[in-house]
Amino acid sequence: MITRDEFQTIARNGIWKQNTSIVQILGLCPLLAVTTNAVNGVMLSLATIVVMALSNVAVASLRNFIPHEIRIPVFILIVAALVTVVDLLFNANLHELYLVLGIFIPLIVTNCIVLARVEAFAAKNPPLQSTFDGIFMGVGMLWTLALLGGMRELLGSGTLFGGIDMVFPSLHPIQLLPESYPGFLLALLPPGAFILLGCMIAWKNWMDARAAERARLKPPTPVEALGCH
Amino acid sequence: MSEARAFSAQGMAVRTAAILFVFVIIFTGLLSAAYLWTKPSIEASAAEEKMKLIDEVLPRAEYDNALLQEAIALPPTPELGLADASTLYVARKSGQPVGAIFEAVAPDGYAGKIRLLVAIRANGQVAGVRVVQHKETPGLGDYIEVKKDKNKARPWITQFTGMALANVSDKDWKVKKDGGRIEHYAGATVTPRAVSKAVHKAAQWAAANRDRLFAEGAAK
Repeated sequence: MITRDEFQTIARNGIWKQNTSIVQILGLCPLLAVTTNAVNGVMLSLATIVVMALSNVAVASLRNFIPHEIRIPVFILIVAALVTVVDLLFNANLHELYLVLGIFIPLIVTNCIVLARVEAFAAKNPPLQSTFDGIFMGVGMLWTLALLGGMRELLGSGTLFGGIDMVFPSLHPIQLLPESYPGFLLALLPPGAFILLGCMIAWKNWMDARAAERARLKPPTPVEALGCH
Repeated sequence: MSEARAFSAQGMAVRTAAILFVFVIIFTGLLSAAYLWTKPSIEASAAEEKMKLIDEVLPRAEYDNALLQEAIALPPTPELGLADASTLYVARKSGQPVGAIFEAVAPDGYAGKIRLLVAIRANGQVAGVRVVQHKETPGLGDYIEVKKDKNKARPWITQFTGMALANVSDKDWKVKKDGGRIEHYAGATVTPRAVSKAVHKAAQWAAANRDRLFAEGAAK
């Protein structure tokens, strides 16, 4: 079925190495529009995880029946149909959640991550692996969007978790900076999202570069352990 | 040779088209099935949501008819600020009309129109008012919405409850700053002024159409 190694690779790729937002830089449209706060970012990601897992498993199961020449229209058909079905099912059975997530579900259609993963992974891999790929790509998106949303919110209006009362009525946003904080509009506007996303990409590259440097410098460690300086 | 290739290309095209067609049929079928299967519960939740809002303006204990089934189409009514047709609900207890629930629009909010849901009892009393939609300044004028009002015990909008043309004189249907009796927070007067005016007009409209609203309904 799926080996431990395969699973770890898929998870690592989704969360870090192939992270949709800061490595593949895909799906910027919903990313810019939605991450004005952390809660929105998390909610969009959750809805995307559901759709990505479903569309990946559907395409992976049908991959042997889809002729190569018309794969793109078929993928679009599958993704669009699934998004609509998820939208309807949410509305019918989880109405409270739908009122919160509802506006995000149609946004997923505009998200090329879904189509990208279907084309790059699900079309070539078995269903189980593809499901995990969908989920972990979504998890990668989740933490990135949560972080980006949180930073924009904090810089822009000095709060954290604004809109949480829409999801959990008993919770309230946290005012982190003093009430007198004048706000920083740029952070809340799309250009601010671009700038912060750029900073996150730089941070990710720096982390990777540092990790590579460490790996290169590894051999001397035993010497240190012996205590000969 | 070239003919054979042309034929096979054609055959290929037909096969591909057929496969695409099958996919379209399957997924359209899936969509229709999902739509038909979820339709009743989606409609039920939409109705329930509507009732939730209506419950806020007129307590369910005051009437016993199936309100949503007895909707009356209301043509565009400039007196209520309604440029489009809307729906009016007549609440009845044992067949006797007890109140009317309708929409009203305050056209002169600080940032455009403020849509209200108003319930007027048959005796002319305002049973309740709720803001349905507005674009007032967040944190300043948005206390007209119960959810945003910091005063949870007695939200601003509940001041209208119980007011009637019979016991409140025309000049009292105004914010304090304009010499009326409607309390408001300092700094944002335009918003409460617009709402007060719209509620006053709604009460006047209900009084003017009293016979039509509460008698014509009774005949039904």
